[in-house]
Amino acid sequence: MSDRSRQPDQERRNFLGTAAAATAALAVAPGLTLFNVAGAKPEDQAVTSENRWGMLVDANKCADGCRACVEACHEENGISSRGRPTTDPQWIRTVTLRDRATGRETRMPVMCQHCEHPPCVDVCPTGASFRRADGIVLVDRHICIGCRYCMMACPYKARSLVHEALDDQVAHNPRGKGCVESCNFCVHRLDEGNPNPACVEACDKDGHKALLFGDMSDPNSELSTALASVATRQIREDLALNTGVRYQGI
Amino acid sequence: MNHLRTCLLNAALALLLGALAMPAVAEPRTPLPNIVKGKGDQCVEPTDVMRRDHMEFLKHQRDGTVHQGIRTKQHSLKGCIECHAVKDDGGEYVPVNAPGQFCNSCHGYAAVSMDCFQCHATTPGK
Repeated sequence: MSDRSRQPDQERRNFLGTAAAATAALAVAPGLTLFNVAGAKPEDQAVTSENRWGMLVDANKCADGCRACVEACHEENGISSRGRPTTDPQWIRTVTLRDRATGRETRMPVMCQHCEHPPCVDVCPTGASFRRADGIVLVDRHICIGCRYCMMACPYKARSLVHEALDDQVAHNPRGKGCVESCNFCVHRLDEGNPNPACVEACDKDGHKALLFGDMSDPNSELSTALASVATRQIREDLALNTGVRYQGI
Repeated sequence: MNHLRTCLLNAALALLLGALAMPAVAEPRTPLPNIVKGKGDQCVEPTDVMRRDHMEFLKHQRDGTVHQGIRTKQHSLKGCIECHAVKDDGGEYVPVNAPGQFCNSCHGYAAVSMDCFQCHATTPGK
C-alpha cells in the first residue's frame, strides 16, 4: 500500500463536518436549551469539556476535630494506612491555618485542586499525569513510572507515591506500588452517574455541609450559583492555575 | 472412481476421529492447562478470539476508561473477574491469579507473567 492511499479522504471529511454542523444547528435552532445533567452521559461515550467538575469548600462550616471526609475518602478508595505517616498515601487531609496577629484558626480539607493548568501535567515525563476533558486531573497508572516529579511540582502537596506492595485494592480503584496517585473526585462514581464524591457525601451526612460539588460550566448548577454569590478564593491564586476547588471563609 | 474416493474419505475420517478420541484415552505428552469455567455459557467474544486477543481488548478498554471515562462492560477487566472468579468451599472468592485459577492456569502454563494484579483487584468487589 502506498503512502498516498493511507491519506484520509478529505472530501469525505469535509462532507461529514458540514453534515455534523448542520445537524447541530438544527437541533439548537428551535430554542431548545442544551444542558448537561450529571450522570446523563451514556457509559459508552467519552467525557467532554462541556462539564468542568469543581468543588466549593466552606471553611466556616468545617468542624473542629472532624475527619469524616478523610475517612470516607480512604474507605471509598481502598486506601489503608500502614501506620507510617511519612509515606502513607493521603488523598485528602485537613489543614489548620492560624492567623498570628489575631489567633483566629481556620480549618479546611485540602486535596488535589484539579487545576485548569496543572503543574503536575506540565512536568510529567511520560504523559501519565493528565487532565481529563471534564477537568479532572488524573494519573494513568499504566504509564506512570513513579518518578515523583509531579509531587515536586504540585503546590498543594496533593499527591502521594504508593511505597509498598498492596493486595487490598477495591475493584473500582486499581492502585499499586510505584505509582503516584491523588484525589480523582471519585471519578468512578461520576462516570456511573453519582454526582457526589465520597467526601461530600460524608460531610453532608454529618450535617456540616461544608463541601459542595458540581459542574462549574453549568451556570444553573448549585455550585455555579454559590460561586457567583459568595466571596471565594483559590489557594495560591498568584500561580493562576484556575483551580477546580475553591474556598470560602479563608 | 467415486467409490474409491468415498472409501478413502471414510478411512481418513475414521483416522481423524481416532486421533481426536486419543487424548481422552491416553495422557497427552505434555500437561494441558486446566481452565476453570466461568459463569454463563458464552464469553463476550468467541473463545478462540478471546484466547488470542484478550490482552488487546483489555488494553483498548483501559485507555478508553482511564482517559475518556468510557465504562462499558464488554471488555473490562472488572467484567472478566466478575465472571471468572470462583468461590471456594467456604463461599469466599479465590483470586483469579491464584495457582490453578482462571488467569493463572494459562499464564502459568505459557510462562507469561501478567502485571494486571499488582494494581487491580483479583476478586469481584463492590
